[in-house]
Order: sequence, then structure tokens, then C-alpha cells
Amino acid sequence: MSRPVRFNIKEKDTKDWGINNVQMPEGHMGEGFFATSLDKVVGLARKNSIWPLPFATSCCGIEFMATMGSHYDLGRFGSERVGFSPRQCDLLMVMGTIAKKMGPVVKQVYLQMAEPRWVIAVGACASSGGIFDSYSVLQGIDQVVPVDVYVPGCPPRPEAIIDGILRIQDLVHNESLRRRNGDQYKGLLESYGIQ
Amino acid sequence: MALTNEIIKTRLTDKFGEAITGMEEPYGMLSVTVPCEQNLKVLNFLYDEPVLGFRFLTDLTAVHYPDRKGEELCVVYHLHNLVENIRMRVKVYTPVEKPDVYTATGLFSGANWMERETYDFYGINFVGHPNLKRILNVDEMDYFPLRKEFPLEDQTRIDKDDEMFGR
Repeated sequence: MSRPVRFNIKEKDTKDWGINNVQMPEGHMGEGFFATSLDKVVGLARKNSIWPLPFATSCCGIEFMATMGSHYDLGRFGSERVGFSPRQCDLLMVMGTIAKKMGPVVKQVYLQMAEPRWVIAVGACASSGGIFDSYSVLQGIDQVVPVDVYVPGCPPRPEAIIDGILRIQDLVHNESLRRRNGDQYKGLLESYGIQ
Repeated sequence: MALTNEIIKTRLTDKFGEAITGMEEPYGMLSVTVPCEQNLKVLNFLYDEPVLGFRFLTDLTAVHYPDRKGEELCVVYHLHNLVENIRMRVKVYTPVEKPDVYTATGLFSGANWMERETYDFYGINFVGHPNLKRILNVDEMDYFPLRKEFPLEDQTRIDKDDEMFGR
């Protein structure tokens, strides 16, 4: 007698699963060609292949581990490849309390990353020092490196971290290719004593 | 015969007489106060005397009492006799204007980092310490954060309303 349980026998309707298919950028299409602007293609490629560099020091890092895990699965958004060398990564994710003594380390890691680079401050401590309004704790990592997106929460839930990643994706997608050479960006880096 | 607080007290008074003050036993743990310049003599005596044998330095820290004029800073040694499993506490008071205390690193190697930590947070100047510099805080820090005159909060922060946060 065959086993009573059989798997995957029902046809599933995958239409409403909300699978994150990347849409084609605007452009002109004809037979055998498709024409669009370069920055749209570059933005599309960068946006969907962000390599995060986790800088996890406390409980927000645990939430990030859940975010990377199979249940929340950051890989759905093209960020499953976590790099542990700053030189390979696009996105510095600072998660947790940064003591003043660790401030130079965060800055060093940021300097080791290649342009274009983005920074996300996950949780209250990385954003503002959080409850640690104390002589030993850095009151927000934006005192040492420029930050693109702040995720609130103590700690934020994985959904919030994913939302932060999506906001970063918006920034990456819509960033002008000239931004990193502009005076405004150079001024921003100079205000942090970089370059 | 098992070592008791009574024996330790007798031995200390026999040896040092009136110099030992403030003997008390909160929660059964003997605590004595020693003049600042005699701290090494007392620690050495407690270490070397076969009956006493306090050969393990559990902890070394300081306390700041701003109201005790002339003896604002108190250095506390926690000693442990591992054989008899008896602990005791030795206190040394020093004025905040000139907080000089002789280092215990010659006796206990473990005192090295503990004294650096105590210097870091209270500014006790351990005379004779081989490497007295900050250990936990950033090197640029120009004050001793656990002294009472310094507020706990980070003073560089400007986005908090002082009224609301009790400063």
C-alpha cells in the first residue's frame, strides 16, 4: 500500500503571492531593441543587488539575524549576500550601541568601503544613542559617518529593518550618477573630515 | 582552627594598633579602614602572615564621597583567602585635591588593570604603577566620569530639552 500523504498535488495560483518581480524601466522598445537611459539601468542593477555589511554590536543585530533568516528573508530583495569585507560591500548596516571608543572603528570601516556606499542606522542606539545618554556612548553614528536611512525601534522588528532596506533601495534607484562627484556630496564628506 | 573575623581583627590590632579604624562587619564581611600611607604595609601583612593568607585580590575600586572633607575619595580592596574561603575589605581614604595612593601591583599582578580602571573613572593617582593610563574610556577624555561633580549624561548632546530630561 502506498503512503497516504502526497505532496504538491494541488495546482497553486501564484498570481497573488506578491513575488517581487522587478519591473522594466521606461523606454522605447521595438523589434530586437530596447532603449532607455543608462542611469535607470544602473539604478535598477544596483538597487536589486545591494551587498550589506552588518556591523552588529547588540540586540538590533539579533533582529537583523532574524531578518536574514528564512522567515523574513532579506534575500527576497536581492540582499542575501552579506559581505564581511567592507571593500566588497555597498551598504553599511550599523546595528546596536556604538561606544565612543568604537566610533573610530565605524569610521574606519566606512572609509574602507568603495563608492558608491550607503549607511543605514538600525535602532535607537545607532540613530541617537537611545537610552544610553551617557558619557561613554556615541550619541548617534551620524557624528562620525553620514547616514542615509534611520530605522527607529528598540530594537526594531525585522519588518522595520526590511522597510529601511526598501528605503535604501529607493535612494539607490533614484540616485543621480553624478551625485558622488558633486560639490554637495564632497561638502558632506568634508564635514565629517573624510578626504 | 578555622579563621574567623575575630582572629583577623586581633592580629591587625596587635600589629598596627590604633592605625586600624572603622572596623565593621556588614553582612558578616569584615571591613577595615587603614591610613592612606600604610595601605601596602597592611596588604603585605594580610598576604604574608601564614594565619591570615589573604592572597587573592578580588576587586579594587573607588568611591567618591563629596561631603567628607579631606577624605573625599575612598579606595576599596576586596581580599579573599582561598584556603579558608574568607573575604574581607580594606578601605583607604584620600583627599580629592591630591589623590595619591601607593600601587598594589607589586603585591598583586591583577591590580594592574584594576588600578588603571580606578584611575580612569576616579582619577586616583596610584604612585609607582608601571603604566597608569586610561583603560576603558577614550584617551581624549579630560575628566573622571564617575566623580559626583560630573553629570552622567553626555554633555555634547544638544537635541534634548534640558527641562524635559531633568538636567
